Amino acid sequence: MKVGEFSGTGVLIRLILRRDRLLLPIWIAVPPLFVILVASAFVSLYPTAASQQTIAAQIVNGPGLVALLGPVSAPTIGGLAAWRSGIFAAVIVAGANALTVIRHTRTDEETGRYELLGSGAVGRRAPLSASLVVTLGADLAIAALVTVGLVAFGLPVAGSVALGLSFAAVGWTFAAIAGVAAQLAESAGVARGIAAAIFVLFYVLRAVGDANEQSGQSWLSWMSPLGWMRLVEPFASERWGVFALFFGAVIVLIAMAYALSSRRDVGAGILRPRLGPARASPRLRSPLALAWRLHRRTMLAWAAMFAIYGVMVGYLAKTTADLLAANPQLANLFAHFGGASAYTDALFTLSLTFLGWIAAAYAITATLRLQSEEVERRVDHVLATAVSRLRWATSDLTLMVIGSAVVLAAFGLSAGLTYGLSAGNVGYELPRIVVATLAYLPAVWVLGGIAMAFYGIIPRFALLSWGVLGAFIGLEIVGETLQVSQSILDISPFAHVPAVLVSGVSVMPLVSLALVALALIIAGLIGFQCRSIG
Amino acid sequence: MSVIQIQSLTKYYGKTLALDDVDLTVEDGEVFGFIGPNGAGKTTTLRILLGLLRKNAGHVSVLGADPWRDAVALHRRLAYVPGDVSLWPNLSGGEVIDLLGRLRGGFDQSRRDELVERFKFDPTKPCRTYSTGNRQKVALIAAFVSDVELFILDEPTLGLDPLMEAVFRDCVTEVKQAGKTVLLSSHILAEVEALCDRISIINEGAIVESGTLAELRHLTRISVSVETAHPVTGLNELPGVHNIRVDGARAHFTVDAGSINRVMEHLTPFDVRALTSAPPTLEDLFLHHYELQTGESAR
Repeated sequence: MKVGEFSGTGVLIRLILRRDRLLLPIWIAVPPLFVILVASAFVSLYPTAASQQTIAAQIVNGPGLVALLGPVSAPTIGGLAAWRSGIFAAVIVAGANALTVIRHTRTDEETGRYELLGSGAVGRRAPLSASLVVTLGADLAIAALVTVGLVAFGLPVAGSVALGLSFAAVGWTFAAIAGVAAQLAESAGVARGIAAAIFVLFYVLRAVGDANEQSGQSWLSWMSPLGWMRLVEPFASERWGVFALFFGAVIVLIAMAYALSSRRDVGAGILRPRLGPARASPRLRSPLALAWRLHRRTMLAWAAMFAIYGVMVGYLAKTTADLLAANPQLANLFAHFGGASAYTDALFTLSLTFLGWIAAAYAITATLRLQSEEVERRVDHVLATAVSRLRWATSDLTLMVIGSAVVLAAFGLSAGLTYGLSAGNVGYELPRIVVATLAYLPAVWVLGGIAMAFYGIIPRFALLSWGVLGAFIGLEIVGETLQVSQSILDISPFAHVPAVLVSGVSVMPLVSLALVALALIIAGLIGFQCRSIG
Repeated sequence: MSVIQIQSLTKYYGKTLALDDVDLTVEDGEVFGFIGPNGAGKTTTLRILLGLLRKNAGHVSVLGADPWRDAVALHRRLAYVPGDVSLWPNLSGGEVIDLLGRLRGGFDQSRRDELVERFKFDPTKPCRTYSTGNRQKVALIAAFVSDVELFILDEPTLGLDPLMEAVFRDCVTEVKQAGKTVLLSSHILAEVEALCDRISIINEGAIVESGTLAELRHLTRISVSVETAHPVTGLNELPGVHNIRVDGARAHFTVDAGSINRVMEHLTPFDVRALTSAPPTLEDLFLHHYELQTGESAR
């Protein structure tokens, strides 16, 4: 390893800071703000130590929630806030770190921007080093903000430091994982896919380990950095030794990324891409067939993720039901909430809330494919042939509409089958769980429609669709804990989705949401017909 | 009948004037060169002809149809090669060629195989791995496989090596012989000179010159730099010599192609030490035009 291989790292760091000057502050600010918001919500909901004890006991005794979010380390505001915000913060921090590292390494190589830099006095290890320095630094800033925020809020210093550092450590781990993935894959998309798959794997390990802690399977949680995060036990025992695991993993991964980077050519990956067919299949002859080719991999990957999540939720519901059956006292406790079946239904309903948000993200991604086709000028090839704008745009929209149904159905079917088969009443559980899942479809389409309306009418602001989804999610989270007027909460399409398992199917809201989605899509299509391309 | 007719075409991007009162006519069966420096408005004009961009004012007709209103019917009859070819990263080159040919309304399989062979193109690689030149080949093959009346080509030789550029010129010559019309935008004067019957030059959104090659003969002046033992005199008395600049033992000037022999004879007595000559670059031409325009407005 020569010093020259790192030369130019300083310049590249400044380049990254300049290119990400808007994104970086946002993803640094979100986790601390979220933790503080959650802590203040718990203070207003459970002001007394006794009420905090009660809610913590309820959470711990329901393995469903433990699997989704982990166990509560301590029945205090700190413990509850750490529990409620942990997984959410991990998603944000891990995602932001991985995307940032890949964006400034593999994406730059793929698009040829790196050639421009590499021909200057920039060492071959400089881009990886620069992106790691920036992400590791940003994670430290998150840790500092979480600590300062929670201490200012009046929580213990040691716990605040431990929680902040655990966020940062998850961030470091995923920055390093992305560093390796960026060396392996030749395209940024595949690198992102590898990082996402590893996150899902770690989440499942932690979920199964945490849910079965009593039966001695907690070693599974020790296999996962997402498990380490809660095993630090902030605001309880604060096991600082766990950070040694993080540091060890990060150092090994970074060493691996550097070793891989010096074994390959610029632009190439370790995994070789396969050759394609010399001729197109006879089916590849319409804009719809092209859209299917471009969407299918993403759609199937999402469907697979939703199916895994479904199996997990279905399995947890069964475990919960068993636990309640074996423990009459606990069953009595839940009888107050409407009995054991009501508890599993509530668990499904909560899982569906998350699922609706994620499916809406899918609908937005699928719709905004139109925009990336336009921005990257690929649409010119298609629209210069005998394909009308309407036919081109509706092809992608068709796949958005169908794809949203496919990913939701994947969850509904796998959750319904897992729970139904293990509980021995598939005939009853499967249809109602599938229907409850598909009830989210019109609301998901509304988000797709919003993306289409932005893209068709004011394409420059198409990325604001993500802001709109963020605002709807924010309304749901805030509405859950704080007093907000119902007419404001009703702005979100998710507020109109009937909770089928709890209160049965109501058709009117579903039809209205579908009509809203249709109107938004039509508005977008009209705008798109009238404007210039590119 | 004129294949392309553009009258008083004006286009704004926001407040920026991209095309200012452009007139252009391309006749049936000709190869028409559309030249200008980067950012002159070539691509904007072509994308209006394809109905991708909305015009602000003026009249445009392509093959007798309105490109904005009748886009689909019109596009069955033309093929387009965009200037900056961007392809779907996970489709192979062969798949893109077939797909675009089919979307245009079908193509001849044997013609496709022949073009793949002539351009020495490997159609099995995923598009993300192609170089600029190879992406250009995909777009060119996809265009030339189709039996259409009009080819609109936007800087089509960008990134092609000289050998492939020759194949491209052959293709253009073939479609011309088959009676098709070609609109070729370029900033390479030599390419346009070799292929085109008529030329329009655009600069800063306005047409500055139009005509046949013969009419634009004065654009093919050769620029000469000469170093002599004795300072050169009397150049300005020679016919066909322009832009003379004498700097001690060096002299720079431009000369009409027909007058080069007389100039050589004139130079020999001054004892020529070194001589370089080159056709004028487009920049020279535009500089020339720019000087003329500002000179006129100053007067």
